[in-house]
Order: sequence, then structure tokens, then C-alpha cells
Amino acid sequence: MMNRVEILKKSAINAVIGILLTFPITVIKVNTIDQEITWRWYMMGLVGAVVLIISFFWIRQQERQNSGSTFKFNESKLGLKYHSIMSKPGVTKSVLGSAVLLIVLIPFITTPYTTSIITSALIYIILGLGLNIVVGLGGLLNLGYAAFFGVGAYTYAILNMNFGVGFWLALPLGGIASALFGAIVGLPVLRLKGDYLAIVTLGFGEMTRIFTENSDKLTRGASGIANIPKPTFFGHAFGYFGSTRYIYLIAVALVIIIIFIVWRMENSRVGRSWVAMREDDIACESMGIDLTQSKMTLFIISSAIAGVAGVLFAAKNTFINPQSFTVWESIMILCIVVLGGKGSVRGVILGALILILLPEYLRAFQQYRMLIFGFLLIVMMVFRPGGIIQNVRKIYKIEGEPTNE
Amino acid sequence: MSNKVLEINNLLMQFGGLKAVNDVSLDVHKSEITALIGPNGAGKTTFFNCLTGVYTPTSGDINIIPPGKKPIRANGKKPNKVTELGLARTFQNIRLFQEMTVLENVMIGRHAVTKANIFNAIINGKSTREEEQKIIHDSYEILKKLDLHTFSNEFASNLPYGAQRLLEIARALATEPFLLLLDEPAAGMNPQETISLIGTIEKLKAEHDLSILLIEHDMHLVMNLSDRCYVMDYGKLIAKGTPNAIANNPVVIKAYLGEDF
Ligand SMILES: Nc1ncnc2c1ncn2[C@@H]1O[C@H](COP(=O)(O)OP(=O)(O)OP(=O)(O)O)[C@@H](O)[C@H]1O
Ligand SMILES: [Mg+2]
Repeated sequence: MMNRVEILKKSAINAVIGILLTFPITVIKVNTIDQEITWRWYMMGLVGAVVLIISFFWIRQQERQNSGSTFKFNESKLGLKYHSIMSKPGVTKSVLGSAVLLIVLIPFITTPYTTSIITSALIYIILGLGLNIVVGLGGLLNLGYAAFFGVGAYTYAILNMNFGVGFWLALPLGGIASALFGAIVGLPVLRLKGDYLAIVTLGFGEMTRIFTENSDKLTRGASGIANIPKPTFFGHAFGYFGSTRYIYLIAVALVIIIIFIVWRMENSRVGRSWVAMREDDIACESMGIDLTQSKMTLFIISSAIAGVAGVLFAAKNTFINPQSFTVWESIMILCIVVLGGKGSVRGVILGALILILLPEYLRAFQQYRMLIFGFLLIVMMVFRPGGIIQNVRKIYKIEGEPTNE
Repeated sequence: MSNKVLEINNLLMQFGGLKAVNDVSLDVHKSEITALIGPNGAGKTTFFNCLTGVYTPTSGDINIIPPGKKPIRANGKKPNKVTELGLARTFQNIRLFQEMTVLENVMIGRHAVTKANIFNAIINGKSTREEEQKIIHDSYEILKKLDLHTFSNEFASNLPYGAQRLLEIARALATEPFLLLLDEPAAGMNPQETISLIGTIEKLKAEHDLSILLIEHDMHLVMNLSDRCYVMDYGKLIAKGTPNAIANNPVVIKAYLGEDF
């Protein structure tokens, strides 16, 4: 454990390095028109001070985490309190009940603009939940998730354009198409581990997008497919306001259904085996778990969820083109999972709300979006690598035995 | 009629030019404890990895003989298949599921002997719920046997070192093996813990009718527990016999202590 002076010393060295490295772009300012050089010496002080402060807190934080003395998030007081309150009988139910009521009322008390933004967030919650299954539970890094989202969206758009297939039929079909696509991609890809898997899925994602951009006949290429119909209610089509609300409610229903499914899976024999695979694949296999089968199941389920989200996305926007399914989209979804908390449903919901809603309301900072995301992620990785809401394992109560809680 | 549960003939495991396991033959008899000893780097863990399907051996035969059944050739079978046949193992460099609870670690071990699939999980019908309850119950009983039940809801990573080694055994036991492979179960334990471990292994062996193959450095443990002993050095088998005979075997003493002794 370093003391403050030592940390300060290290930070000072970092500050000097920082000044030297950024010297040419911060201190020297070349004015090409007047052919003049201005020396902005004050920048040196500024850079030095910023690096010093950041690296001081950074190193101190890492020291604390390494020694494990002060910053144990698993046992954070707030978390414990939260869990002790939520575990009281009836509390979860009434909290959930009122939350659902409030959520259902939102489109009737806010503007269609707000409703539409929240619907987007809901779609990202679905995507986050889907990706969370592979990344958070299974520990398999998929960087091409937007491709599966795209397959769902294009399934609806193409089937509708050519055969007039409606939203409600397309919803399961999009899921199935995406699941099939997941199986086809998964077969070769899932032999790889860790970084290799990440790179190959990234590649597959981009390949899919480029294919979509270039197959003019099937997907209308880069110009995309327009006039995708919004969902109908037993054949009844809504006007602008009505359909915004209707899609919102469909999205809410899908989110609830998917949370329910994820929750059931998580707490089952199969879901547990996924977490074991994340924790240690060799030990997991030695416990009699078929890794290939587990990985395929994970991948297919998560693809199907993305497919469903894709159909919803196409119906909401009524227009799709390959630009909606780039690698940035994949990274965005990954950010939701990592920021919110890998393996935690609540975390993913929070992550999606933060990452989708904040930029919408802070439009003034639009061009700094990626910068802010990047910064946010780095801060998270250093200070709270498990995400905002850490995944907590289920506490089992054994009948007739006292619990040591 | 022999009473072997494991029969290995001329096993060879080659990594490039290195023969980590070189022509090793070894038998494990039913209800016996067989010890495999040898200096660091002798190839003991590699031998285990071949048996359990982590590595596919270069050549040789591995025959697993479940009690009352025909021998099954296990070369190149995947680890999960080997476990299904009734072999379970622990790891020298502890490989617990760190961020799962102690109980969950054992529950994972029950995977091999339970059935619920993903659709059962979503529907969560009566039989699925019953199976889940049984998994919890059985796992807890196993923890009790190893005196780990008070830690049930702790993260595995929070356990003291000795308890982590015991949890490895508990988890292996949960797969209901007839042959248990223990890779240095006493490593890192203090003398008291080692003595209590000897008692535990003997108790488990009797209660579960186990046969055990055990890698160990701790001679005290080997002397006390094993019925038969094999010694490896540089990948080769250099001696076999009763523990007492091995302890007085000059070749073994030389391998352990060097030329000068
Ligand atoms: N995957 C591998 N690739 C290459 N060499 C390996 C591999 N696994 C093991 N080895 C080598 O095989 C030899 C035997 O290693 P092994 O771990 O089996 O020894 P050990 O008898 O278990 O030793 P210890 O008592 O230290 O555990 C060592 O030289 C090791 O470096
Ligand atoms: Mg070893």
C-alpha cells in the first residue's frame, strides 16, 4: 500500500510525462496564415494540473481496490440496504406493481415526442437484455450484436415489401430468422474464446452490414427500405398519436416478457451453468456441462431477442437502412450492458435509460456523445468494474436450517 | 475377474518435443486409494488432464470401467462426457466458480445428474421446481459432509484457502462419481488441516463407495491414505508398490532428493 506522498510522486511524474507528450499540440500554436508561432505556456500548467489530479485519484483508487480494504462493492451498504428492503415480503410486488402502472400511463400524460424517445430506450433495453445473456451471464464477448438486430428488422421489412407480411406475424419470424442466423454464425465462431471471439464477431457484424449495403435487389442497398407499416390492432390501424402510444405499449409488454424469460432462465439449472462457464470454462466442462451446447443455446437465444427488437425497431421507425446496424450500434449496446452491470437485469435497464435518454435530452452536447461515453466507460472500469448495479447472487434458504445472514 | 475401475496402458502425451507423460501404465482398483507422486514437473497433472479429457493423449489407452459395466475407452472424450461416465476431479490450481456462492458451486456439480432444459426453465412446471429444490437440498447435504454448510451463501472467492480445497472436493462429489481424482488436495494446508483432510477423505470414500486416485506431495498424507503408490519423474513411471516400499526405494529417493544422497 502506497502512502499519499508516494502516490503524489508518481502522479507528478505522470504530469511531467503528460506535459512532454502534449507539448506540441497544447503549448505550441502555429498560425499558418500569419506564419507565426505562439507559445501558450499557461497550457503547460493546465495540462500538468489536470494529469496530476486525475492520476492521483486514479492510483489511489487502484491501490484501494488492490488492497481490497475500503472499496468492496459487493458489500456496499447501499446495496445491502436495497436488498434487505426488497427482500421483505410484498415490497417487491407493490414496487413492481406501481412501477408498471406508471410506465403504462406515461404515453397518456406526456408528448408523443417523449413517448417515442422512451420507446427507443425500451428497444435498447430489449437489446441490452439480449446481449447481457451472452456477455453478462455467459462471458462471451459479442461485438457484432447489431447484425442480429438488423436481421430482425430486415426480416420484417423484406417480408412486408414482398409478401405484405404484417407486424404480428413478422415479430416471431424476425426472432426465428435472427436465431437461425445466430446458429449459422455461432457454429464456427464459438470455438474461439475471449478476444478472438470479440474480433470475429466484430468482423461478422461488419460483413453483414456490408452485405446489406450491397445487395440492392434484396435489401435495396444503402438507400434502405421505407414505408414499413406500423403495427395494427386486430386489423385496425392507428393515427400518428395512437400508433406512437400503441408501439410504446407493445415495447413495454415485450420488455416485461423478456425480463420474465431472462429471470426464469437465470435461476435455472441451465442459467447457472452459463454463469459457471463465464467463471471458469475448464472447471465447468469438468462438471459435466457441454460447453459447445451451452454456448450455442446462449447465442441463439440472445440472437432471437435481438431479432424481435429489430422487428419492433423497423415498425417504429417505418424506415431502415444499413446505417442503423453498424459496429457503433453494437458498441452502444455493449456499453449499456457494461455500464449498467454485467449479468444484472436492473443494471441493463438503468444502463439503457442513461445511455439513450441522456443524450436525447442533452442535444446540445450531441457532438460530444462518443467522447462522453468513452470517458464514462473508462471511469467505470477504474472505479466500478462490475457496473453501476452489481450482479448479486441469489441467497438460498435451506428448510430447517438457520441462515447465516 | 479383476476389480479395476481404471486401466491405463502406455499413455503418451507429447507437447512438441516434450514427452510430458511418457509410456505410463497405471491401474486403479475398486475401493482403493492409489497415490501418484513425483517431483515438480514430473507430469502428474498432465496425466490427470489426459484422463479427464482436457488433453487428448498422443497415444496409449485409457479404459474406464464403471462398476458392474463393460470397459469404455475414454481417449479423446470431452471432459463433460468423462464426468458423465463417473470420473470427477479437483484442480491443483483451484478452479472454483469464484463469483458464485459456495452452494451454487456444488449445485453446478449436480448438473451431470439432473435434466431440466431451457424450455423447462421458462415454463418452470412442477417437476422442474421439484428438481431445483432437490438440487438445492442435495448440494446442501454434500456441503454438510465437508463441514462447509455455514458458508453456503458466501462467494467462493471469500473462503479461506483450505476451505476452497474442500469445496473443490464437494463440487466433484456432487457429480456422483465412482472414481475421484484429487490433484494435490492438501497443497497449501497447514498440518492440522491436512490431518483433518485425511479423515474426511477416508469418510467420503467409505460413505460413497469411492475409488480414489490422488496426486500428492505431502508424504505424510500418502503414507496414511494410500493402498498403492506410483512414482513419476520426467514423464516416466519410475516405481510402483506399497507406500512403505516406495519410501525406501533408492530410485525414488534419488529422484526426490537428487544424485548426492
Ligand atoms: N499444455 C502444455 N503445453 C506444453 N507443455 C506443458 C503443458 N502442460 C504441461 N506441460 C509441461 O509438462 C510438464 C509436466 O507438467 P505437470 O504440470 O504435469 O507437472 P506436475 O507433475 O503436475 O508438477 P507439479 O508437482 O508442479 O504440479 C512440465 O514440464 C510442463 O511445463
Ligand atoms: Mg501438478
